[in-house]
Amino acid sequence: MKLIFDIGQPGRRGVSLPRPDVPRKTAIPASLQRSTPAALPEASEQDVIRHYTRLSRKNIGIDTNFYPLGSCTMKYNPKFHERIATLPGYAELHPLLPQLRHGGVLTQGALAVIYEAQSILCELLGFAEFTMQPLAGAHGELTGVMLIAAWHKAHDNTQRKVMLIPDAAHGTNPASAAVAGFITQVVDTDNSGNVNLNDLQNKLGTDTAGFMLTCPNTLGLYDNQVRKICEMVHQAGGLVYCDGANFNAIMGRIRPGDLGFDVMHVNLHKTFATPHGGGGPGSGPVGVAEHLVPFLPVSRIRKRDDGTYALEYHFRKSIGYIAPFYGNFGVILKAYAYMLTLGRTGFRKVSENAVLNANYIRTRLAPYFEQKYDRPCMHECVFSAKKQAQNGVHALDIAKALIDRGFHPPTIYFPLIVSEALMIEPTETESKETLDAFCEAMIEIARLAETNPEALRSCPATTPVRRLDETLAARKPDVAASLSQ
Amino acid sequence: MPYLANTDSDRQIMFNVTGSQNFDEMWQQAQVDEPVPELHGLSAGVSEFEVTNILRKLAAKNAVHLINFLGAGYYDHIIPAAVSEITGRSEFYTAYTPYQPEASQGTLQAIYEYQSSICRLTDMPVANASLYDGGTALFEAMMLACRTTRRKRVIISGAVSPIFRKMLSCYSGNLDIELIEITPGSADDSNQNEFPLACDKNTACVIVQYPNFFGAIEDWSSCNEAIHAQGALTICSAYPIALALLKTPGKMGFDVVTGEGQSMGMPLSFGGPYLGFMAVTEKLMRKMPGRICGRTVDKEGREGFVLTLQTREQHIRRESAMSNVCTNENLCALSALLYLAGLGKQGLIDVAELCTAKAVFAREQLLNIEGVSAVGGNAFFNEFVISLPGDAAEITGKMIDKGFAPGFPLGRYYPERKEQLLVAITEKRTKEEIKALANALEAVL
Repeated sequence: MKLIFDIGQPGRRGVSLPRPDVPRKTAIPASLQRSTPAALPEASEQDVIRHYTRLSRKNIGIDTNFYPLGSCTMKYNPKFHERIATLPGYAELHPLLPQLRHGGVLTQGALAVIYEAQSILCELLGFAEFTMQPLAGAHGELTGVMLIAAWHKAHDNTQRKVMLIPDAAHGTNPASAAVAGFITQVVDTDNSGNVNLNDLQNKLGTDTAGFMLTCPNTLGLYDNQVRKICEMVHQAGGLVYCDGANFNAIMGRIRPGDLGFDVMHVNLHKTFATPHGGGGPGSGPVGVAEHLVPFLPVSRIRKRDDGTYALEYHFRKSIGYIAPFYGNFGVILKAYAYMLTLGRTGFRKVSENAVLNANYIRTRLAPYFEQKYDRPCMHECVFSAKKQAQNGVHALDIAKALIDRGFHPPTIYFPLIVSEALMIEPTETESKETLDAFCEAMIEIARLAETNPEALRSCPATTPVRRLDETLAARKPDVAASLSQ
Repeated sequence: MPYLANTDSDRQIMFNVTGSQNFDEMWQQAQVDEPVPELHGLSAGVSEFEVTNILRKLAAKNAVHLINFLGAGYYDHIIPAAVSEITGRSEFYTAYTPYQPEASQGTLQAIYEYQSSICRLTDMPVANASLYDGGTALFEAMMLACRTTRRKRVIISGAVSPIFRKMLSCYSGNLDIELIEITPGSADDSNQNEFPLACDKNTACVIVQYPNFFGAIEDWSSCNEAIHAQGALTICSAYPIALALLKTPGKMGFDVVTGEGQSMGMPLSFGGPYLGFMAVTEKLMRKMPGRICGRTVDKEGREGFVLTLQTREQHIRRESAMSNVCTNENLCALSALLYLAGLGKQGLIDVAELCTAKAVFAREQLLNIEGVSAVGGNAFFNEFVISLPGDAAEITGKMIDKGFAPGFPLGRYYPERKEQLLVAITEKRTKEEIKALANALEAVL
């Protein structure tokens, strides 16, 4: 398919603009003017719309297909959220307005949204306070570990430089810890899929800054040693970070703050039903226990006795500015709408149904695919394609075969501690019929892996392109269309 | 309960298959032995209709009636309808990061076209798929420079957005990075002469803004040469709309160009979601943070797109990755692409020319008021500083009461500039609105 740059003709115009109503003057000296115009498309509005409408049809999304991508919580994104975010009262609001005198009173509605959303999160997760500023999950992790660093600094624990991280963790955990200046050390998983407590004990020491634990973990399992783990880390003088990427599994059923975690992020673009956007925008609010409140980033919102909201900036111990303003407001707004819709009892229904759906898939597929940790799961189940791999059918082949059968594949090759991993997260919004159809496709693929493995290795065949040469892409990178085109 | 598909009888069949009687037993089997929390602090759920009403009422409490001359890095530009029409297609907005390229060619080709557009606008050879915002992009650029040069001394202009500077100092707090700030000149200039003097063999990079925070445009070419002579990298944070008319960062010899992309088709939306863009020289490509999309071929020789150079990223390299970024701002990058494609080559120039002509007009009108004087203003795009006869913050308060957001009072971040106001004009402002601003200002002074 053509690139947008190959569409249209020299001189063709797109969108119309207002006529100039002032003299055509400029304050740009000749020496600072651009010599040649940027080679942007020269297409009509219709050309542009048709090109991108066609491109959109080369995508699979939640609205087109079942999308059981493990760890990503691809649940339905309610449509009324999108409309609310376009209300001019929100969309046209300049973020610097509250910094102007008399400006604060003019943004009370927006401040209310942020404050009330963070209050709901505090109650739902059991933390003293939340900041809504982190702009994605990994940004939340970074904020969280920076809070841990600030806490140690305030307690003169300058030698505490090591962040312990389970071998099952997402890559963002060690990467975020490194960006915050920590050295990372890996803690093993035991034979049941929980944290290996002996290994943890051995690695805890006077250099321990903290431990980052995903709860439930990336194997889709609930580690019922969590309270014990928090005690052990605290005993050693460290703090415990909860990666809330999997919060959908326990929402309304367990409050992580009650378990002893000191700090945690949640992904609004997973658990709270805001769209992933093909890779963002996200939002990763961070909750903290009482002792970390003084270190939270600024600005913070306070609700005054008269019910109005104020932004505050002066906190001596604050880590400072992690984001330009108050977070990805448009995303927070959609998540707040979702929270109001679910209400007190709705949150738990989400996690109950998410866990039931995952266990249903787990039970139905257990005869066909190996499980390294064979026990009831939470919101996602992790299989291994080890058995199929003996016939030359790898996790990647299964993924591609699923695409041909009308399903987005699960996450593959993660967690790293499960070889040939297939990580399946159905979410609560999917019906039994969809789960059944998916299971039948998986069972058919498992049978083909035995009878006709070659048929799977050549998938997908129904997509706009077939398997792409990733080695070529990395060896001879072509990352921008050259101007001669 | 909305958004759940299964009925009680569906669930009963599923319980039978999974071997539990009910949810309580299901939790037990999953080894959850925690008490159920009461959640007394939460209210009962309500319907979409009611939620919409609640949020409409809150929206009405936000003042969007003000005539806006407030910029300071975040601008109120026209957004063509084509932008939301395409970003509102759920094939785009309900997809995840394109890990499965055969099922994501729409997103991937759009990223490739976005990267290409950023390259063409900045005059740089390589761009990534997006970062969170202009400030975090600048932090990533700084880290890229420290990584590449193995140096830890960073020189930053005091005429870089004070918000970005606060973010950089927050992030470098634990990183043993020495941040040195160059105080701007007394007018609106960045004090260019100081940069080569401050730069030495331990300097990782020099960071400037273009146009600078005060709106001034400066030629960094010879400054960059002197900085490169010390082995340091040059980084600029740029305003993308201005680049339609300005000498390009690529031509001026910058190694890394970042910026806040909000002005390219994203609503102000009270601070986000926005877009951090980043473009670099060929040499720095494999050290760049974030996703990169590349063009390749499938096994039948057809052209297609994949995420590439992934060994830089956290899911492969973990603690040694170039950045921790995972989810970025893909849909915002799509907005920027639609904006640039929708306006096109001449349309973007027209927008920028409208901005600059109206800004010249507005500055003349404002400087005609008795007591208002110029602060620099020799070379600017669409934003400039004026000095008022009194506290600019107070005067701004009076102007708000008259229905104008007249600009940004600089005293908040520059205490020595208490009387100065930073005024931004976009193509949305009419001659009448500009005259009304001047009249209102004259009246309150």
